[in-house]
Amino acid sequence: MTESALSDVRVLDLTWYIAGPYCTKLLADYGAEVIKVERPGQGDPARSIGPFLDDEPDIEKSGLFLHLNTNKRSITLNVKSHAGKKILRKLVEQVDIVVESFSPRVMPSLGLDYSTLQKANPSLVLTSISNFGQTGPYRNYRLSELALNAMGTSMKMVGQPDRAPLKLGGNVLQYQAGVLAATATMIALFGSRLTGTGQHVDVSLLETCLGSMDRRAPYLLAHQYTGQKEITTRVGGSRGGIMSGCPEGIYPCKDGYFDVAGGVPWWPRNFALLGSPPELAGPEFGTAEGQMDTQCQHAILAVLYPWAMNRTKTEIWEAAKSARAALAPLYTTEDLVNDPHFRERGFFVEIEHPRTGRLTYPGAPFRPSETPAKTPRAAPLLGEHNVEIYCSLGYSREDLARLRDAGAI
Amino acid sequence: MMSERPPSAAGNLPLVGIRVVDMTVVWAGTFTTMMLADMGAEVIRVENTRFAPYGTRGIMVRPTDSLLSTRGMATAGYPDRKAGERPYNRAAMFNVHARNKLSMTVDYMRPKGLEILKRLVGISDLFIENNAYGTMNKIGLSYEELKKVKPDIIMVSMPAFGSSGPYSDRIALGRHLECIAGHTLLRGYPEADPTWTTEVYHCDAAAGAVAAFAAMLALHYRQRTGKGQFVDVAQIETIIPQLGEAVMDYTMNGRVQEPIGNRHPSAAPCGLYPCQGDDRWIAITVCSDKEWQALCHAMGDPSWADDGKFSDTLSRWHNQDELDRHIADWTRQRQDYEVMHLLQEAGVAAGPLMDERDCYADPHIRERGFFEQVTHVECGSHLYPGMLWKMSRTPGSIRRPPCRLGEHNEYVYKQLLGVSDEEYAELERDGHIGMEYHPSIVVHGRAAI
Repeated sequence: MTESALSDVRVLDLTWYIAGPYCTKLLADYGAEVIKVERPGQGDPARSIGPFLDDEPDIEKSGLFLHLNTNKRSITLNVKSHAGKKILRKLVEQVDIVVESFSPRVMPSLGLDYSTLQKANPSLVLTSISNFGQTGPYRNYRLSELALNAMGTSMKMVGQPDRAPLKLGGNVLQYQAGVLAATATMIALFGSRLTGTGQHVDVSLLETCLGSMDRRAPYLLAHQYTGQKEITTRVGGSRGGIMSGCPEGIYPCKDGYFDVAGGVPWWPRNFALLGSPPELAGPEFGTAEGQMDTQCQHAILAVLYPWAMNRTKTEIWEAAKSARAALAPLYTTEDLVNDPHFRERGFFVEIEHPRTGRLTYPGAPFRPSETPAKTPRAAPLLGEHNVEIYCSLGYSREDLARLRDAGAI
Repeated sequence: MMSERPPSAAGNLPLVGIRVVDMTVVWAGTFTTMMLADMGAEVIRVENTRFAPYGTRGIMVRPTDSLLSTRGMATAGYPDRKAGERPYNRAAMFNVHARNKLSMTVDYMRPKGLEILKRLVGISDLFIENNAYGTMNKIGLSYEELKKVKPDIIMVSMPAFGSSGPYSDRIALGRHLECIAGHTLLRGYPEADPTWTTEVYHCDAAAGAVAAFAAMLALHYRQRTGKGQFVDVAQIETIIPQLGEAVMDYTMNGRVQEPIGNRHPSAAPCGLYPCQGDDRWIAITVCSDKEWQALCHAMGDPSWADDGKFSDTLSRWHNQDELDRHIADWTRQRQDYEVMHLLQEAGVAAGPLMDERDCYADPHIRERGFFEQVTHVECGSHLYPGMLWKMSRTPGSIRRPPCRLGEHNEYVYKQLLGVSDEEYAELERDGHIGMEYHPSIVVHGRAAI
């Protein structure tokens, strides 16, 4: 019998799109009770973003929304109506955490600035996730995943020199901001449980990228260290990246591609990977100079290309296992979902949903031995928990009909 | 059970009183412990003068100045590109995360060292590591062993593929996890050869962040119940959920998504457009007809924009090659920042491609106080990237400069572990305590003794 780590935590979720919902999904999946407040009618805009099951646009069939909102309960509420504001204040009094991802001017305009909320609930943690933070000249500016890549990451290093730099895939930076917001929220909650006093956590999407260890932060400091003159740029492929040498980067094979780490530390293993060919046995291949020397590199590639083109990516990965080389095949999403490693670990999970039936989802990102993630419950239908939650606040079913007629829920 | 409070300027930060034994390497794990240290935890890096982990205190432990004069900033990010007397205290790739942490040295591969390390575990709350799977077991630091000395210890372990399953013993760097997660094939130019794809290390950031959340979750549970636990963080499993749309498109529709470069799956225009100057770009994303009209107006309502090809989102999406050319013709005559402000005033998401210099100069980042001035005795005074978020009551800051190898041996051995002066001197002679890597270590790995 296992417990949930956060079974004593209640969260009011005023977030939408990706970053905020991923933050509250993490809290919900590990046991917090999360009440998601949505706009009447269309709900969270993520419900209208694809991919949709069978490519059929439907607010209950968005793969993005379904993935991001497991284990939450949904109520609809027009937070701008008078009744809506009143209900919201009641809910705030009952929770430990409020997470919101509005533009910074919205919460104060609803009468929900932190000092007001804290008067009602002194131990409350309010986490505000916004594009550029609650203060500063860009605080009301808009952002897209692409613009966040451009401003916040080492994007300039990625891609070909004669083309525009390339962003990361999908919406990973918004997800990443969600994880960091969840971490900050838990730290603030930890302090609040010790002292009885909550606080306001200001998470800026831009700053979560600037401080991140995907090269941006290290290169920002390297720029200072080396005299504030040099900037990083792209040279194409991975050959000018952190590693250098040969083989290094992505190469083709019989049925796809693989990526191998090179340079001096990895040469003995890469040599073994290629079957210890006598023509590459000379000591020059393993030196820093040799690894960068064009002739040595041609000799290595003359062995590597035919070797690789005769093998599948799976065979090459198996060879890397014995040689202890740092290498991986380039997987498609299909390869990933059907891979035996994740099947054995039970990573992907199946969740039943009244409108979509049973679907396979990405599972929990970590496994605490005593408090594993909950058996997932599907994302809520829009307003699915209105009766349950509003009645627990003291409203009768007749009141709910009145509130609905007034456009409040 | 709270550990005794450390003598530091951590003040009322939320994690004051939490002690972390930090055996993290390279970037993912070190990012985790950075966040805990920033928020007040006493993070003690356990290092070893006779063993230098791969890619941690610099790409090499002792690079030559000539190497540093020719390489890129990742390899050569040292003050003035000089290795200095102790290069391992001067590498930007380490110092960027080592602020607020302490460093002790002990040779835990010898029984005496292991015993000392376990004494430290006995007075700590968290043990965090991201070494290759099996490394901790081999040293004698499995969760079972840690529990014997500290029953309520929380151990966070971050192997690449997790602590179980057929790939648990595979060798992988962060970028290889990107390959398996499908990220590498998803993020190229639409029609380009994947061998041209530049490596990224987003998985390091993703795993580091998830492990910090996991550590807090376990601390919360222990605060409530008194129970510790073991947390398995498979780094690969931290990035897969971040690619949720691609996974769901496959599991729902059987579709394997293809790379779309900088474009948006359903809206247009969305791209990076050239601006005045060398390699200057502006990111513009338009998601609705309203934003499109705002963009047109900001561009001076050009006549080409009246074409029915661009009148609605779907038409724009299908005609984006032509659309992108028109927009680029307009952006090319302007400065990137000028375009950002103009479009943002009109309600369109736009932001310049920012290099390192741009970040330090940006008025918003400056006003937010993101960068902090830090003086390090072997590096001098520089601006460092600062806190990942702001807290109203307990704002964090860089309270201590990046820890030098073995810098806090006296504090850890004498004050925390109660080692006598005589024993301290003996441990120094035996190569446990020191501030220099053994001279035989040049790249990384074990000393030749």
